[in-house]
Amino acid sequence: MKIEAHSPPPPGVQRGWLKQQRRVRTWPLMAPAVGLLLVWMIVPLVLTLWYSFQGYNLLSPPQGFVGLDNYVYLLTDPGLPQVVWNTLAIVVLALSTTIGFGILFAVLYDQPFLGRGVARLLVIAPFFVMPTVSALVWKNLLMHPVYGLFAWVSRSFGIAPIDWFADHPMMAIVIIISWEWIPFVTLILLTSLQSLDRDQVEAARMDGAGPFATFFFITLPHLGRPIAVVVMLETIFFLSVYAEILVTTVGGPGLETTNIPFYIYSRALLAYDVGGASAGGIFAIVIANIVAFFFVRSIARQL
Amino acid sequence: MRPSTRWLIVRTILGWLVALVMAFPVFWMALAAFKTELDAIASPPLLFFTPTLENFAEMNERVDYIAHAWNSIAVAFFSTAVAILVAAPAAYSMAFHPTRRTKDILLWMLSTKFMPAVGVLVPIYLILIWAGLLDTRTGLIIITLMANLPLIIWMLYSYFKEVPGEILEASRMDGAKPLQQLVHLLIPMAAPGVASTALLAIILSWNESFWCINVTAVNSGTLALAIASFSNPEGFFWAKLSAASLASIAPIMVFGWLTQRQLVRGLTFGAVK
Repeated sequence: MKIEAHSPPPPGVQRGWLKQQRRVRTWPLMAPAVGLLLVWMIVPLVLTLWYSFQGYNLLSPPQGFVGLDNYVYLLTDPGLPQVVWNTLAIVVLALSTTIGFGILFAVLYDQPFLGRGVARLLVIAPFFVMPTVSALVWKNLLMHPVYGLFAWVSRSFGIAPIDWFADHPMMAIVIIISWEWIPFVTLILLTSLQSLDRDQVEAARMDGAGPFATFFFITLPHLGRPIAVVVMLETIFFLSVYAEILVTTVGGPGLETTNIPFYIYSRALLAYDVGGASAGGIFAIVIANIVAFFFVRSIARQL
Repeated sequence: MRPSTRWLIVRTILGWLVALVMAFPVFWMALAAFKTELDAIASPPLLFFTPTLENFAEMNERVDYIAHAWNSIAVAFFSTAVAILVAAPAAYSMAFHPTRRTKDILLWMLSTKFMPAVGVLVPIYLILIWAGLLDTRTGLIIITLMANLPLIIWMLYSYFKEVPGEILEASRMDGAKPLQQLVHLLIPMAAPGVASTALLAIILSWNESFWCINVTAVNSGTLALAIASFSNPEGFFWAKLSAASLASIAPIMVFGWLTQRQLVRGLTFGAVK
């Protein structure tokens, strides 16, 4: 009976406490972040929109308002469908590669083995390498068709070396991006696995579940939420891949590895075409938000 | 041999194989940094050679390493510190005092990340000129801060969400006021999450290349800019390129390795389960 005396607090006390909670005003806490992001979003957006209707090239006298000319020029470019396709291909291929290997590596590194601590340090090393550096290293030291290490390996087996950036440029870029991002995925999933309830795994094993059943019915569902987070973050970064392309293929051969950011950079910024670049920027924002709408929103809902 | 021992051996071999394959490009670059230019392109590739420090000396002649490194450090740490100060109250308020619009605000914040940097480069460039911030550390700090802010808010929000409600409930029952809860419960419990968020933000800003290539030059260039100036060498300068690469990633890699446990502990949320 002692418990009863303690536990349900008298109605008055409870309401008083709720009031106290409600008195925490949230807007002063939210204001700095919301304000900064609002300015950061609206000002460049409005300016970009404004320039996208201007005939403004830094190399020639401004033409003023040109209506939809910049958009017509952009949307009638025969290369555009391929550029959009490449952008989505990079996102989907790099996502599936990094998450596939990320899950495997996380499961592997969740088990104890000799020297695991040091091995884990080595696995996460690529995450600390800046994109320009990793692209340069892969391009010159590894994938170069004459002096690269891969070329030497295939020659020693008597196979003609692969000219990665000429013959399989998209694959080469996806390999580089995946190498950079697998450590991040592994680290997040590994962390999540370490909070997996060991008793549950043990119980499943007692009930006769093999390693595969355990993986598919316990481990994988447990990883659902972190995988959703990873998909969301990676989509944001993969949509704007830029340095890796600039350093390795420069978008080529032809348009084979040109994605939307690089397309804007090469078609407009290099030509000092501020109007065209702005129209391209608006186009990129629209595409990114379509992807966000279908892809990220459904995932973000689960969070 | 007992099956458990056999599995331990299999796991050890697999684990090390994966580790060596993943780290190999970095290792190979580090080797090339100490080779002469001729050794760097030798076929068959040289694993053993007479190391030289010549490349580092030449790199330092071409770009002022210390100045670039200092810019990288200043930008990464300042932008992260300010971003955390701005993000933490917002994330706290959304995690513990959610309103009907909290989910929408979070999604909106993330949606600012869906503006490709290339798309808004021109206006931001013009604004920087207008504000006199082009090629200044302040300008780059502001941009990096804004680029990382949405992610920082999201990470902090998800960490704060993981603080178990029962503990807060219990402290309320004991009569703790919101401020007391904050100081004695939330801050200690959220500290690992804040630390790991900060580490991630520092790593992301250190590696950020697009903005620093486009809005900085001699005065405020970071190491990412320094390395970009090596990206189109006439002829083959792989050893010098490798030396510059190694010098620009070494600080953040050592930092990442040293703080690795904290990074992971932050993600697991330590003892609070």
